[in-house]
Amino acid sequence: MCLAIPAYVEQLIADDQAIVNLCGVRKEISLALVENIVVGDYIIIHAGFALQKLDQWEAERTLAMFAEIITLNKNDINVEE
Amino acid sequence: MSNPGRVKAGYTRAIDFKHGCVEMKHGSGGRAMAQLIQQLFVAAFDNEFLRQSNDQACFQGGNERMVMSTDSYVITPLFFPGGDIGSLAVHGTINDIAMSGAMPSYLAASFILEEGFPFSDLKRIVDSMAQSAMAASVPIVTGDTKVVERGNADGVFITTTGIGRIAEGINISGENARPGDKILISGTLGDHGIAVMALRENLSFQTSIQSDTAALHDLVANMVAAVPAIHVLRDPTRGGVATVLNEIAQQSAVGMVLYESQLPMREQVNAACEFLGLDPLYIANEGKLIAICNADDAGNLLNAMHAHPLGKDAAIIGEVIEDTHCFVQMQTCFGGKRVVDWLSGEQLPRIC
Amino acid sequence: MKYIDEFREGRLAQRIAACIAAEVDARRRYQFMEFCGGHTHAISRYGLVDMLPDNVRMIHGPGCPVCVLPVGQVENAIRLAQLPGLILCSYGDMLRIPAANGMSLLRAKARGADVRMVYSSEDAIKIAQQNPQQQVVFFAIGFETTTPPTAIAIKKAQALGLDNFTVFCNHVLTPSAISHILQSPEVRELGVVSLDGFIGPAHVSVVIGSQPYQYFAEEFQKPVVIAGFEPLDVLQAILMLIRQINTGRAEVENEFTRAVLPQGNIKAQLLVSEVFELRRSFEWRGLGLVPYSALKIKSCYAEYDAERRFSIPALSIADNKACECGAILRGVKQPQDCKIFGTVCTPENPIGSCMVSSEGACAAHYSYGRFRNKDSSALRNH
Repeated sequence: MCLAIPAYVEQLIADDQAIVNLCGVRKEISLALVENIVVGDYIIIHAGFALQKLDQWEAERTLAMFAEIITLNKNDINVEE
Repeated sequence: MSNPGRVKAGYTRAIDFKHGCVEMKHGSGGRAMAQLIQQLFVAAFDNEFLRQSNDQACFQGGNERMVMSTDSYVITPLFFPGGDIGSLAVHGTINDIAMSGAMPSYLAASFILEEGFPFSDLKRIVDSMAQSAMAASVPIVTGDTKVVERGNADGVFITTTGIGRIAEGINISGENARPGDKILISGTLGDHGIAVMALRENLSFQTSIQSDTAALHDLVANMVAAVPAIHVLRDPTRGGVATVLNEIAQQSAVGMVLYESQLPMREQVNAACEFLGLDPLYIANEGKLIAICNADDAGNLLNAMHAHPLGKDAAIIGEVIEDTHCFVQMQTCFGGKRVVDWLSGEQLPRIC
Repeated sequence: MKYIDEFREGRLAQRIAACIAAEVDARRRYQFMEFCGGHTHAISRYGLVDMLPDNVRMIHGPGCPVCVLPVGQVENAIRLAQLPGLILCSYGDMLRIPAANGMSLLRAKARGADVRMVYSSEDAIKIAQQNPQQQVVFFAIGFETTTPPTAIAIKKAQALGLDNFTVFCNHVLTPSAISHILQSPEVRELGVVSLDGFIGPAHVSVVIGSQPYQYFAEEFQKPVVIAGFEPLDVLQAILMLIRQINTGRAEVENEFTRAVLPQGNIKAQLLVSEVFELRRSFEWRGLGLVPYSALKIKSCYAEYDAERRFSIPALSIADNKACECGAILRGVKQPQDCKIFGTVCTPENPIGSCMVSSEGACAAHYSYGRFRNKDSSALRNH
């Protein structure tokens, strides 16, 4: 697989680099593969490079899709808490 | 050579003593190291004390039961957040003594120094040792110094040896875990390993994680006072909690189940593990202990641990079960199960 | 939203699992391949198999770049590392992989070779800058996700005028491997394996997008659901695949919309096509020669190509005869069907490709699932 992890962009620095923060762990990464990144974005990081900006709206939609399952479940499936 | 854990026969290929050579994995606390200890050191030195496969040897000294243990310290970098090689060398051996339930009495320290090593660093290390020994009330009473040519050592290597006394009626050993027992840990996992790893230059990490290096004998004294019938104590250093539990499972011929949701862990340690593709169960600790006791005693033991500053994050993390395979398993947060195996080779950061 | 914990919520997982259980057709079997080692890892790590009905089976695919790299290339890397005055930079993943005679980069290092573990291709550039008197070779491995960082390194070396930096390129391509599996006789004609659908890669798809999978859905009539590597993503993808099967659809669906665009990361793709071109054929461990399945460095960047500078030969070393990795990677066999699994071949002494990385099908089964079927009595008592 390709190990990659979402992290928060905390600071943009020289040479197309950025400091990202994941739960208090900071790491310098390269932005050479992405465009228009600003502080506050979440980016997905692989081997020291940002691969893509994460889309919050889409993430919420996916979570809503899981939640939809819950409402469905409540109607027709008996799930133990 | 401390920690002569046993490996099941046929588990790995025999060591090739004719053509093979020492690799880093033989010191990483995992299966390779256990195998080297068993097939070389225990085979050569064979005696009843070594065969117990504990981190220390217990023997009769006059009217008293005595404990002896030794450990060598090699670490890069020499100074790290929360400690240095000096404090580590004092705490580590005190802990190995304490894991038998003993009170450590005296330490010996020997130094291998590399030509050209700055006195300022050496003084800093020795002062740190003095301070740690004083704080623990375990004096360093003898020692040795050797110097090797530049290039033949990495700055400074330290070996410490300790002796201690065990009170009457205490019988703590790796072979005492019984089905039904509870497994406790004194605090958060992986702090030391991640604090040190974060300093390696090519990982360029910044964290505020401190090494947990600490002398645990005072905590152990409180625990033993509360529950004299503790079955097993061990400090999960190299190879982490996973490796130590596998060793104990082998020694006691039992299985274990851990509850993932109960494992105390700092958010930052978890995050660093996510970045590097590491499993916190295999990361080294230097100021934590695993305790195993009767289920009925677990509540008392946990209270005694919580009452001590070094045990404030203590938790019951699992239990001992019958299992002829001697597997350590984990109930995941998802309700699934997985085997928590020995560490294979070294834990290396990975990208895939 | 931190994009991690939200997708690991255990209670939600129970709900999705209940949905899967309610929607599967008890009269049929569902066999899905998760191509990526990342999905294999999530399935094992979170014990997801325990949450699936018995008639839903997951087949672990060849999506672990470490596992599919042929032994010959590992051997080539070791020989390079043993050249005097040469520094070989490698991701940590490759260091333990055994080549001929059980030699590995770590063992070569123990015998004096200068092997450095890097976390990023940029670290290799730094090492080349710091050691101008030495040749520095970056051992580049990985799928489409890991290729763009290598392209950046080559362009950076050119910009810096580094004449001691080269790349040993072993980058491989995901869609060609999926095609190869679908076209293998077991899958296509003999009907030995019925592959009902694929969970599509997460981070590979971040780079290449969801469009390249359209071909499989159309040509082979297999549904594909691209999914993230978090456990809820995987469960949701399984549910989406089951729904496609139940309604007779074979479409490309994207569960990982928070990171995967239909067209992928175009900037990364352009960089890759500027520096690399297709190889006519490349050997995959376990799959054999797969046409147009790998990349090489374009001739305009030849001075950064270690293959040319060091005349690296095409070296083919056969796997152990008893090893069933090929069949396991194609989904024909399972790890426990292999005679040497867990006895001769263990994570400590891996023989076959599937055991070498923790993402490999055999390693994952060894660490996480070994006695799931055989002996779960101890767990049931509990």
